[in-house]
Amino acid sequence: MSAGALTVPLRTRARRQPGPLRVAWRRPQTKTGALIALLTIALALLGPLLAPHSATQFVGPPFSPASAGAPLGTDYLGRDVLSVTLDGGRSLLWMAFAATTLGVGVGIALGMIAAYSRNLLDDLIMRLLDVLYAFPYIVLVLLFVSLLGSNQALIVLLVGVGWLPGVARTTRGITLEVITRDFVNAAAIIGIPRRTILVREVLPNLSTPLMVEYALRLTWSVGLISALSFLGFGVQPPASDWGLMINQNRDGLAANPWCVLAPIICIALFAIGTNLIADGISRSVAGIDREILP
Amino acid sequence: MSCVEVSQLRVELSGVRADIVDDVSFEIEHGEIVALVGESGSGKSTIGNALLGFARRGARIASGRVEIDGLSVLELGPPALRRARGRTVAYIPQDPSAALNPALRIGRQLEEGLERHNPQLSGAQRGEAIAAGLSEVDLPNGREFLRRYPHQLSGGQQQRIAIAMAFLLRPSVIVLDEPTTGLDVTTQRRVIETVRQLCERHGTSALYVTHDLSVVANLADRILVAYAGRIVETGPIDAVFAEPAHPYTRRLLAALPDVGSRRGLEPIPGRAPAPRARPSGCAFRERCEFAIGACATAPPAPVELPGGRSVRCLRVHELPSSAGLSPAPARAIPAQDTILIVRDLIASYGQHRVLHDVRFALGSHECLALVGESGSGKTTLARSIVGLLSSWQGEIVYAGGPLAPQVRARSSLIRRELQYVFQNPYSSLNPRRTIGDALSLPIEHFFHLRGRARRERIAGALERVSLPAAYADRYPDQLSGGERQRAAIARALVCQPRVLICDEVTSALDVSVQAAIVKLLHELQLEQGLALLFVTHDLALVRSIAQRVIVMHAGRIVETGETDAVLTQPSHEYTHRLLADTPRLVPAPTEPGVPVS
Amino acid sequence: MSISLRPGGRARRSAFGRARGREPDRSRPRSGVGARWILRRIALGVVVVWGCSVLIFFALHALPSDPAQAILGKQATPQALAHLRSFLGLDRPVISQYLSWLGNLLQGHLGRSYATQQPVTVELMPALEDSLCLLAATAAISIPLAILLGALTALRRDGVLDRGSLFVSLLLTAVPEFVIGIVLVIVFATVVWRVLPAVALLPAHADPFSHPRQLALPVLTLVLAVVPYLYRLVRGTMIDVLESEYVTMARLKGLSEWTVVMRHALPNALIPVTQASAIIMSYLLGGIVVVEYVFGYPGIGTLLTQAISSRDIPTIEVVSIVLTAGVVLFNLTADVLTVLLTPKLRTGGQA
Repeated sequence: MSAGALTVPLRTRARRQPGPLRVAWRRPQTKTGALIALLTIALALLGPLLAPHSATQFVGPPFSPASAGAPLGTDYLGRDVLSVTLDGGRSLLWMAFAATTLGVGVGIALGMIAAYSRNLLDDLIMRLLDVLYAFPYIVLVLLFVSLLGSNQALIVLLVGVGWLPGVARTTRGITLEVITRDFVNAAAIIGIPRRTILVREVLPNLSTPLMVEYALRLTWSVGLISALSFLGFGVQPPASDWGLMINQNRDGLAANPWCVLAPIICIALFAIGTNLIADGISRSVAGIDREILP
Repeated sequence: MSCVEVSQLRVELSGVRADIVDDVSFEIEHGEIVALVGESGSGKSTIGNALLGFARRGARIASGRVEIDGLSVLELGPPALRRARGRTVAYIPQDPSAALNPALRIGRQLEEGLERHNPQLSGAQRGEAIAAGLSEVDLPNGREFLRRYPHQLSGGQQQRIAIAMAFLLRPSVIVLDEPTTGLDVTTQRRVIETVRQLCERHGTSALYVTHDLSVVANLADRILVAYAGRIVETGPIDAVFAEPAHPYTRRLLAALPDVGSRRGLEPIPGRAPAPRARPSGCAFRERCEFAIGACATAPPAPVELPGGRSVRCLRVHELPSSAGLSPAPARAIPAQDTILIVRDLIASYGQHRVLHDVRFALGSHECLALVGESGSGKTTLARSIVGLLSSWQGEIVYAGGPLAPQVRARSSLIRRELQYVFQNPYSSLNPRRTIGDALSLPIEHFFHLRGRARRERIAGALERVSLPAAYADRYPDQLSGGERQRAAIARALVCQPRVLICDEVTSALDVSVQAAIVKLLHELQLEQGLALLFVTHDLALVRSIAQRVIVMHAGRIVETGETDAVLTQPSHEYTHRLLADTPRLVPAPTEPGVPVS
Repeated sequence: MSISLRPGGRARRSAFGRARGREPDRSRPRSGVGARWILRRIALGVVVVWGCSVLIFFALHALPSDPAQAILGKQATPQALAHLRSFLGLDRPVISQYLSWLGNLLQGHLGRSYATQQPVTVELMPALEDSLCLLAATAAISIPLAILLGALTALRRDGVLDRGSLFVSLLLTAVPEFVIGIVLVIVFATVVWRVLPAVALLPAHADPFSHPRQLALPVLTLVLAVVPYLYRLVRGTMIDVLESEYVTMARLKGLSEWTVVMRHALPNALIPVTQASAIIMSYLLGGIVVVEYVFGYPGIGTLLTQAISSRDIPTIEVVSIVLTAGVVLFNLTADVLTVLLTPKLRTGGQA
């Protein structure tokens, strides 16, 4: 048989499966999630421009029901609920994004370093993170915030640091598994430096799990930061955000439920949106649902 | 009436009209052992499962009859089917370490079948039956042993437990699904012996599903050859091996290495069609050298041949005789220098020493096989040479100069010239990068080529391994196992190596694909003047591919020499044993001075 | 605390050569569990708690905030402040403050609250008891519920129950606990219906279980926060196990479906579930801080937030230590249970 007869005929298989991101996009839940999340972001960013009144203006007696001037009624101070709600998302969302980006970014770096060094450094990093992991994080955040004052940068830092152990652990786990695979050995044999291998060969394998981590942590960041505001340790009056609004207006629930419902709906929408995105991406890769614990 | 009668069995993919197997009909007589042989994708496991009325997730038994001792298995309702499973027809799984419940003691798992199917037995009687069953498979039957968990047994012991479990209920027929995969040669031989003895003793019929023809050569009475979901040939096993009739069986046997004689392995062009992409008519016609127009119209009906054989081929009576394959000529060793010398190599993993004073030399144009079972140290040796393992002592001399243990300490030239191909085609290519990217890595690193020059190199390398240039833009998951292994070889070739170390590169591949890779390596060796260090556990493969062979055991070299000499007149006792345990297509002739075990 | 949440793991197919060694899991014993391993884990736990205590102590004392100021208010005179500071021992070096605090702690003196001037224990014990009741009630409801729901949805995949539960769990896991709590208040206590109290007004020193109506909403909130995670884990594990080779083998041996599920599937599936339950419990210790605040429930969460607002350092320290110890204890329980339930870890590899 001549060598020509050995030529493998061009495969007639269907087109390659698109990357996980595109498969994820096709799922209805990802599209819905992205839509909802983007809607909420738009609301938060453009809100103040659309609001009928300024967020600090008094338009009527406190807890009055919906009227022409105040479509959702007034809050505990007599301000227009709609305006306050439209104003209350910006700080929450920017802090959530910043904290998540910080936590996930540094977490990835730490995880990869720990995985690739496989020696004292690895042990050290993971043990420190273990100590952090052990603690009910909200307590730690409360402590620091109460003592140092409620400062947006501080909250971003603290919340971000809280995600480090989980992200580092996930990254480290996947990296460890990937670097035992032979294509990494193949690169090592020809002398490619470790750094390059990590970026060129290992990182692409991490992209999907890390996208899921990001979306999930974003969901929890919004939850944690709004909880801080709710407890009174976040933004301080007279400024208001969605979390604080809920606490401030609790007493008037019977009189005007909208002053609590409006911020609740906003928080819920954003969190559900990002959660749907996370779920869509993770299901497009794994066949069966997996849940990541906090 | 036969013990097992299968007629027109059809199993489909759930939810799609595509079939996995179709029009499968065969019989098994009482006490007969029938081998069902095929490569991956042939549907052999599916047929085996169907005997138990079982289809894996994603498959569905669509139609047909399976009768075991008169009982029509496929028509049974769930309770009756459960009664039949284990009692009338039993199953021995491929991977016993996964098939035994890790949380239950062995004794419990042995007992529950008896409890279920023979409730009239008392506890003491069950105990006796289990004790007898364990002795039959050469396992201890004391209480202490029964209290163990599966992870406390070796692979061979686990498989023997599975065998004992199956025979305990005295079923009429046993389905064995590749039961010796992953076992070393000696354990494999013992398992097969056990199966044969027990089948004889209890008069049990067996269907032995496997991809390894040599394993069944001395075990089965008849053989069924499966291809693309059809049975293409049946007959007594000796007759079929001596003179295969169907074109696929011929090609399959021509691709099979045999430790008894040197064979030039002939690959089969093309690849087996997947369930949804099967061609009309005869499924093999696209790869068949004898195909004619009529082969495309309809799947051929079985043609009866004398001697109890049947073949699904339109042209079976016109084909030339296939009896007697002459051994391939010996490969001459061209004039060469020594390119690699290993002296007094000692390697350890932590405290555990893995290699003891290894020494050998590799010529610059020869193919040297490094043979041994798992744990012999052959992979450690290969990795030490290429720099993946750097904790060794001793001396390795490459092209006259000493080789540093660390890859980073070696010169760029050495790193380029000493290349390695890995065993597992599924993990040696990055799933998130294209084939072209994978090949670019060494090209950029060593030759600093960009743009068109680089693309041309890539296309050239792909062509040399017979892959289409368009594959440069494909991802590994779009390629088959054999194609990935070729891509991995291309990646090594692109460096223009002088020494290529192949670490069990065909162990995960089908026989015909293995033949293609071996032929490719041989051609490349001649073309490029390469030295090949071929690491394998398969002695039969060694016979076909290597000029010289090194046999390793427990970290030491026990024998070296020219392949034919070592494999016909081994001098070391370990080599003897290895040879005796390696299954052959044709039983070894008794020669004076060679003990038959 | 590196716990891997998968039972046994799928065995690698041996055709590809021997399986690669796995990364050694430091939380598991190398040679079977024994008293030594447990003692080592306990010691590690103690170290972690001690580490947290150091962290908190120094954070509280080294940060720029003056407890004396917080107690006496803005009108306080400098002399009064100085007097209070020396009375509280705040003018000594931080390290000596820490050592005397640690010494007192080990002798059982938990300090005196700045706010109430009484030993911390007076407020701590009832609050701790109330919180434990809350946690116990939550665990008693959520763990069996999650196991049941997880098993049912795994057995009937893609059915109505499965899809409905997944949808609801997506909503519940996204939303923070206090939002769940407030929504429940809206639905059950104020706007929609008025059947349950919006604030859990437990009389002091009363047994919470004798006031179920007060417990109802806080427990429901915590249950709704936790069950979605837990049941999905059970579901995932059950699916894994139901598709494993050994379950298939059990079916091929002709065993009844009941035997297959109860003897082969469930025991293996419960191992990661046990781990997860313990982890969820430790997660809840953070959750109760918020939930108790929402409902005014007099537990240690409320105690902590009040102490933080009033800069009551001794109380803060003690409550933080208690919470940390609780987390460590739950994690330790998870580890020990995992080892006890997994024969391979119990016997430590090949005999």
